[in-house]
Amino acid sequence: MKHWGFTFEKLKIASFDFTCCEGCQLQLANRESTLIDFLELLDIRNFRELSSEQFDDYDIALIEGSISRQDEVERLQAIRRQAKTLIAFGTCACFGGVNSLKNKFPLNESVAEVYPGMQVETMAVRKISDLVKVDLSIPGCPVNKEEVERLMVNLATGSQVTLPKHPVCFECKAQLNTCLFELGEICLGPITRGGCNAVCTTGKTPCLGCRGPSEEINMPAFVELVKERELSLDDLQEKIAFYNAFEGFSNHEA
Amino acid sequence: MIYKVIAKSEFKRFTDALLRDNTSFGPRQVDTDSRGKAVYQFLPVTSSDDVAFDYTATASSAKHFFLPFREELSRFVFQDQEWDQQISYEGNPIVLIGLRACDISALNILDDVLLKGHFPSPYYLAKRKNTFVIGMDHLPLPDCFCKSMNHHTISTGFNLFCSDIGEDYYLSINSSKAFNFLKEFDTRDPIDDDNCRLVERRKIISDSFRSEVDVTALPSILDIEFDSPVWEKWGNKCLNCGTCAMVCPTCYCYSVEESFDTNLKGATRQKKLYSCNLVDFAEVAGGHNFRPKNGDRLKYRYYHQHRGFAENANQQICVGCNRCGRACLAGINPKDVINDLRMDKESCLTNISSSPDRI
Repeated sequence: MKHWGFTFEKLKIASFDFTCCEGCQLQLANRESTLIDFLELLDIRNFRELSSEQFDDYDIALIEGSISRQDEVERLQAIRRQAKTLIAFGTCACFGGVNSLKNKFPLNESVAEVYPGMQVETMAVRKISDLVKVDLSIPGCPVNKEEVERLMVNLATGSQVTLPKHPVCFECKAQLNTCLFELGEICLGPITRGGCNAVCTTGKTPCLGCRGPSEEINMPAFVELVKERELSLDDLQEKIAFYNAFEGFSNHEA
Repeated sequence: MIYKVIAKSEFKRFTDALLRDNTSFGPRQVDTDSRGKAVYQFLPVTSSDDVAFDYTATASSAKHFFLPFREELSRFVFQDQEWDQQISYEGNPIVLIGLRACDISALNILDDVLLKGHFPSPYYLAKRKNTFVIGMDHLPLPDCFCKSMNHHTISTGFNLFCSDIGEDYYLSINSSKAFNFLKEFDTRDPIDDDNCRLVERRKIISDSFRSEVDVTALPSILDIEFDSPVWEKWGNKCLNCGTCAMVCPTCYCYSVEESFDTNLKGATRQKKLYSCNLVDFAEVAGGHNFRPKNGDRLKYRYYHQHRGFAENANQQICVGCNRCGRACLAGINPKDVINDLRMDKESCLTNISSSPDRI
């Protein structure tokens, strides 16, 4: 591709799934209106949802899912050795995600509940950055394809690659939504990173923080607000723990 | 200004015709909050039945009809070794019905900032000129303080303003367009009794305010209180969410983003309304943030709102609608913050000064 004196190389990219639902990867094939243009940016070397061809000469690796088995650790480390840029792709990769709920129970109890009578090799769930260096995180359950497109365009053109720093509330207000706190619910919008266009709250579903904390969140003020409105601190804890995205904040005063 | 009186039933006929034939927006109930109060927003309306004429105030202002939350400023098309910039200032004609006096005051303030400065905004102008504004008076909510800001009455900035005088509306007609529309409908010149009812209505409204903010000499008090601990105190409560600026009828600050199209054959420059309470508002290239603390960011919002900038001749731009106060989850509101600032110095007066002659 050549434009106005600049030559853009296609991104040699691979996508890998670990402990997850593969929903984030599937988003790559979503948003049909720009799908052909999007795929034009990419030289897909390895991505089992889109192509049966598999090569190992990729520069960018998208990692979807969290890590919950020893063989996943080894596979992840091998990908890290190959990739120039490793991207934690989706909430499970960035924070551990819903899978982390398992960590609240003894492992043998979880196995007995889900796979009764079977031998299952498993370990506590970890996010990608616990194991390897992560160059870029793209959070979301699932990721927002529009944002992924923008970030890939920026990678291809050498533009700045950044996530929004403001919380979900900011985008929610632009949709003229009624604040869910006003409707008596606890919503993590004020502490969660925006960029999702407030899709859940626009559908009147409280934010569960899948995109993790926004920059400089004010957790004491947020907990205070829940208390002042006499909402349930248990409900707050449950929501904050849902995606394991607020590690280090979750025990604050609540 | 021309004054007329119209029966409410005839006014309904008038609005039905107007809303049917034009893209129109008016107050509609969208929710009932957990305390049982109705929540309103300006939304599309196609007949007078859609309009909640008895509404109180909308949660968000009418600002975004003139300053969209996100707006494309220009498109760039790349061809061979050349590029082409395309700009359009289109504003489709719309009708806005039900704006309060403070909402219209807010538009007049935006006019001052965006049209009367050195660099008038053609984007804003196109929308402002193409909007037919019908104002309606109302009894203030307990926390409205527009009277303190002198924005509870209005004499300019609208096409038509309706004062509720019982069975009729007392119409203030401020444009030939409104006058010509109304020719098709049954109106009459006001008689003495109508004028009395209008004065009475205005007095009732004026006497109904429950919230007062003392804004005398506020710009200079803000200057004096630049280092006041009050900013940190309220800043500690701030969630940095930007809600206050989003719902505000006069906050016009924005950020600009340029991005390539996915096919790399073009690009877009977009303007996005932003808020000075957001953490990266004063962040510059290289990552330095001039206002890293909550209290500093909050302070500058109050400075812009209540002290003013050179663009609008250092006039306060707050109209006293208290939308920010109502929407703030942390309970930050202009009345309490400003009173706190005043108390800060007044307490120092009573502690230090022993000059009873002053009283």
